[in-house]
Amino acid sequence: MNCHSTESSIVTIPEAPEHPGREISTVALIGPPNSGKSTLFNRLTRLRQKVGNYPGVTVEQRVGLLAGRGREIRIIDLPGVYSLTPYSEDERVALNVLTGHMDGLPRPDAILLVLDVTHLSRQLVLAAPVIALGLPTLVLLNMADVFAKGGGSLDVLKLAVELGAPVAMVSATQETGLDAVDRFLRQDLSHNPSSLLPVLPTLQDVPQCRKWATQVGGRIDYQKHLPSVWSRRLDDVFLHKYWGPLIFLIVVGAVFQTVFGLGQPMSTAFQDLLTKLGLHLAPLIPAGVLRSLLLDGLWKGVSSVLVFLPQILLLFFFIGLLEDSGYLARAALISDRTMRAVGLNGKAFIPLLSAYACAVPAIMATRTIENKRDRIATILIAPFMTCSARLPIYTLLIAAFIPDRPVVGVLLGARACAMLSLYVLGFLMAIATAKLLKSSVLKSAAAPFVLELPDYRWPTFQSIGIRLLDRGQVFLRQAGTVILAVSLLVWVLTNIPLHNGHLPQLEQSVIAHLGHGIEPLIRPLGFNWKIGIGLLTSIIAREVIVGTLGTIYGTDPATRAMTLQNALRQDLTFAGAMALLVFFAFAMQCTSTLAVVRRETNSWKWPAIQFLYMTTIAYAAAFAVNQILSAMLK
Amino acid sequence: MKLREDTEVPLLDLELGEGGTIGHISLPAADQQFLMRVGFVPGVQVKFSRRAPLGDPSVYSVDGTEVALRAETASRIMVRRGWFSPLGELA
Repeated sequence: MNCHSTESSIVTIPEAPEHPGREISTVALIGPPNSGKSTLFNRLTRLRQKVGNYPGVTVEQRVGLLAGRGREIRIIDLPGVYSLTPYSEDERVALNVLTGHMDGLPRPDAILLVLDVTHLSRQLVLAAPVIALGLPTLVLLNMADVFAKGGGSLDVLKLAVELGAPVAMVSATQETGLDAVDRFLRQDLSHNPSSLLPVLPTLQDVPQCRKWATQVGGRIDYQKHLPSVWSRRLDDVFLHKYWGPLIFLIVVGAVFQTVFGLGQPMSTAFQDLLTKLGLHLAPLIPAGVLRSLLLDGLWKGVSSVLVFLPQILLLFFFIGLLEDSGYLARAALISDRTMRAVGLNGKAFIPLLSAYACAVPAIMATRTIENKRDRIATILIAPFMTCSARLPIYTLLIAAFIPDRPVVGVLLGARACAMLSLYVLGFLMAIATAKLLKSSVLKSAAAPFVLELPDYRWPTFQSIGIRLLDRGQVFLRQAGTVILAVSLLVWVLTNIPLHNGHLPQLEQSVIAHLGHGIEPLIRPLGFNWKIGIGLLTSIIAREVIVGTLGTIYGTDPATRAMTLQNALRQDLTFAGAMALLVFFAFAMQCTSTLAVVRRETNSWKWPAIQFLYMTTIAYAAAFAVNQILSAMLK
Repeated sequence: MKLREDTEVPLLDLELGEGGTIGHISLPAADQQFLMRVGFVPGVQVKFSRRAPLGDPSVYSVDGTEVALRAETASRIMVRRGWFSPLGELA
């Protein structure tokens, strides 16, 4: 009975009842890290994710809709966990969801437990506490294809008897065996034979769990598959003493080069397209207030932010590629030594790398860091990494104020140099802050650093495609809601109060009064009142400033005909522009980040500290830059 | 490598490519539990398979997976020396 394994077989699933009873409406997907759970989730839900939370590394539970027979089933993707004893944040989240203690999520009616069959003896340890919860559970032995190819086998029927739960062999990447899930979800809960539960080992004692798992392995005729030779050979290169770090630097460099080298022309082309679209639409709208509102106010505001979509998607494409292939874990291994120098560990590398795209998924990705103090330190420094929301204002100011001159031959121009310096600036401030935190308030005893190196896998375009779609939606939703609303507000404030039924001059508008009100505070930084308004609106999100400036300068008759670049060049000194760049490198202007920090640290203390710390540094640095440059250029 | 079953040495002391059987883990209970869950369970075989390019952490084969640990952690995990291949046969 030991070659029972490779077929997509399923056992002990009750037949669909004749009288409809209680149906499964919510099901949770749980499994250890690297069990292929997320791939399975994507396969089961296709693109039917309703609440697509932030992609990046899977640490947030995601809710998707599964196409059942004529009805929709909510499927919750839990973070990868080794156990249900709350050792890390991930495990706490998983346990809370499964026991129905998670706000906004119903308690699941059933569980899909995903285990990597190629490492069954270890993964089986999670089966005991999950099945012991007493919910109907289907055990999915994933990677059946790899297992069979490597010569592994087991008796599925015997395993089902041992666990007291149905078991199915599946392959998420090959999409085999998934019909078992369909049949499982159609069962009637009122017929649930929970009394058949076998005696499973206690939750806490790992050696006992392991002994049990090993014994089960013996009783189900488990034959290990041969480990992947390819992964070891690739590691000989990627983790080579000299090649390893070299490849690491080339990979990181290539990602940035592509995002800017390829992303910049893409953004420019997209901008041209959007501008032309605006010009074509203009004659269709009657001239007057309405056209001014739609084109000068809303279209200019929203499109000035939309143009960064290509670059953001490119960055997420590369992060997806690195993560899915398994290289990101190697990168964490290589960087651990360096990260330790600032008091953090290699696991912080993954969140910090994603923070270059966006701090929000990065902060959620810190949940894989078990040590709470290390985790908070990583959360606090993540927003210093140059996120994609800073690109709009960086690109705009650099294009307007830095001449396009070669610095290092044709390789590096002055503009690329300026951009790179801003990245380095943010990075150095992050390191300094980490060092400060880890040697004072967040000093901690070293917790064990454990990093699993999964086998290399081919990334699938489908799974990367799903991420990009998710990310694109989040960005567009932001542009369509927050930025649209802010643009509208700024336009309205720019155009009231009316004078005898006419729109006011810019200097007489409400927004000018507001701006002049805060001007004394920002004058020492070299900013005028229009920039001040931009700073106010960009507290919501950094990219909003570009939209706001687009609206203000677009409404002002003096600058209406100019591009935003030219308008700024006329209205701002060089020292002021540089100060503004430095301000944006350090300032905490992102309500989404503050909200996620509040949620992840479960207190207002950390986001408040973070906001004050970052804003103070930004103000001081911008002040210094403006004063020094002004004095030098006199 | 000769079998010296009586004495336990820190995992850190294994030579590159050498294997052993995990014994006592001298770390706080929570850390111990965590290490066990990723595979470092007493009685299980482990092999020192690779050093990270910058010297630390080191990668250990345990249970058919590769897990990286820092020296400070590997020095707390005791092993009985003895070379086994990941498949369990004596080499």
